Amino acid sequence: MLEALGLDCIRGQRRLFRDLSFDLAPGQMLWVLGPNGSGKTTLLRLLCGLLRPDGGGVRWKGKDVRRFSETFHEDLLYLGHAPAGKEDLSSRENLCFGLAQMGIGVASHEVDSALEEFGLADLETIPARALSQGQRRRAALTRLAFGADRPLWILDEPFTALDTQAVELVRVHLARQQTRGGCVVFTSHQDIEFPGAVKQVQLVQ
Amino acid sequence: MTAIGLAPVFAAVVRRDLTLALRRRSDVLTTLFFFVIVVSLFPLGVGTQSNILRSIAPGVVWVAALLASMLALVRLFASDFDDGTLEQLTLSPQPLVLLVAGKVLAHWLVSGLPLVLIAPLLGLQFDLPAAALRTMTVALLLGTPCLSLIGAVGAALTLGVRGAGGLLALLVLPLYIPVLIFGAGAVSAALDGMSVNGQLSVLGALLLIALALAPWAAATALRIALE
Amino acid sequence: MSLNLWRYASPQTFYRFAGTLAPWFLGLAAALTAAGLYIGFFVAPTDFQQGQAYRIIFIHVPAAWMSMFIYVVMAFWCAVGLALNTRLSFMMALALAPTGAMFTFVALWTGALWGKPTWGTWWVWDARLTSELILLFLYIGFLSLHAAIDDVRRADRAAALLALVGAVNVPIIYFSVQWWSTLHQGASVSLTRAPSMAATMLVGMLLMSLAAWMYAIGVSFLRLRSIVLERESGADWVRELLRAPA
Repeated sequence: MLEALGLDCIRGQRRLFRDLSFDLAPGQMLWVLGPNGSGKTTLLRLLCGLLRPDGGGVRWKGKDVRRFSETFHEDLLYLGHAPAGKEDLSSRENLCFGLAQMGIGVASHEVDSALEEFGLADLETIPARALSQGQRRRAALTRLAFGADRPLWILDEPFTALDTQAVELVRVHLARQQTRGGCVVFTSHQDIEFPGAVKQVQLVQ
Repeated sequence: MTAIGLAPVFAAVVRRDLTLALRRRSDVLTTLFFFVIVVSLFPLGVGTQSNILRSIAPGVVWVAALLASMLALVRLFASDFDDGTLEQLTLSPQPLVLLVAGKVLAHWLVSGLPLVLIAPLLGLQFDLPAAALRTMTVALLLGTPCLSLIGAVGAALTLGVRGAGGLLALLVLPLYIPVLIFGAGAVSAALDGMSVNGQLSVLGALLLIALALAPWAAATALRIALE
Repeated sequence: MSLNLWRYASPQTFYRFAGTLAPWFLGLAAALTAAGLYIGFFVAPTDFQQGQAYRIIFIHVPAAWMSMFIYVVMAFWCAVGLALNTRLSFMMALALAPTGAMFTFVALWTGALWGKPTWGTWWVWDARLTSELILLFLYIGFLSLHAAIDDVRRADRAAALLALVGAVNVPIIYFSVQWWSTLHQGASVSLTRAPSMAATMLVGMLLMSLAAWMYAIGVSFLRLRSIVLERESGADWVRELLRAPA
């Protein structure tokens, strides 16, 4: 469903990768590996259509992701490096606004149970500025609980700054996405065990 | 969990920005006080002869409004750019052009509308008659959204750039000139007892052009900034 | 400038093409300038009202025309670059901008030099001069924005969008300033209401305009070559070029 075709990428004066191709079928996960600065985040942003490749293209369900961006965005859930939330808003507010922007409408009780699942039930009204790094990460990840309708998940470092319990929680959500027939692309420095087969792309410096 | 359409998403964007502005009230009030201070500086610099003050009042109020609008613009996209929420906005299934229009609307409500409301009071400081004050209010009501719209394009182009504030001024102030000319011109005409319909119509036309083109240009500039 | 564009869209090919042609354009510019100035300063009759001072229009008017023409061409290349994503288009726009700014500056200076003996002041807020001043700000804005952004590709695209926004605004600004100046000064004061044109004066101005055009092309080609070298510095053909004895 997701195809990368001959991707070329030059950032600044460096060529990050040349002629990179892969494809993902429904239910497959892709783990992007590589040392720091090798272009993992860049690759993920290329797959989202945020960046324009210097060569080649990215296709979702056969259509170019930049040209058919609106339908592509309906299928995409992207979590970037930064826990995309406003400092002055609480985790509950950040979650609701984030979901609304994604075009997902939620009932109050659904928000409650998601926040509880990710261990933020007591913290939900505190502004994000007062939360720890791990708590902010978890707040961002709560969106995964609402990603059932999004066949493509692209997650940049989803396991960073999480304790073992939270890591397990995220793994469970990723597994559910796989079972549903969705695709997951992610990066991670940590050594995580996955039950099924995981495709890998290794970027070199 | 359901899919929601354009109107709720647009409303959510506006609501979010308004909520954020209310929580950082100091930012909003700073713009307003800046406007008041700049306008008040002119009599101190020019002298208090009421006929001189009356004749420079339209220009003074409008230039102060331009500068105050510009101050507020730096905040429009910068914090969203820094914390990653801007990226999420561009990945929305709804057209970015409309979401950007939503942000500009919220920005105007918080930075432009207060200027419109307080300007008549400042006009009294310059001994402007009622007709001129009325015209000033209408002209600012038409002009300040234009300033927010044009300024949004500048703010998007200079996102994350060194010296963004000064550069933004350099880019945006020349583009503000038509609004300034017709806005101040309208108030001057009202002072002279002449018809203001021509100038106000042009201001209206400028607003329509800005509404049609600026959100698209700003959205394009945002995508360029995120590349 | 655009007949066989696709063939010359590669920076490497264009580098050689521009290098061959630039001296011709500059030579032509020199010849035309000589002819134009000769006619302007020696052949055209003395103006009845303005005396010898009016002769500055042979520099002022072509400079003003070129400043506007170059902006349009620059905006065109920016549009092409954004639409087709060709690197050379952006480079061409960047090469044109300083020349355009220079002509704007010359137009402003010569306008002031004309104003002093004619109207007694160094600056006259007439519509044309004021629009030229605003045009100068647009050029400076373009160059400043480009310089301020570190990533060259983002700089190209952002400055290109700015140029297009400026291009859309230029007619609006010009119309506004026209309206404003008639309001404040009446129709009598206008630097560009040149004295009724004798045929020789017209010829002189046309020659100077052509000269300015040839100069602009020549100089932009040279500037474009150095931009190409700078940007493609990692490419093999550049390294070979720099290694080969001159």
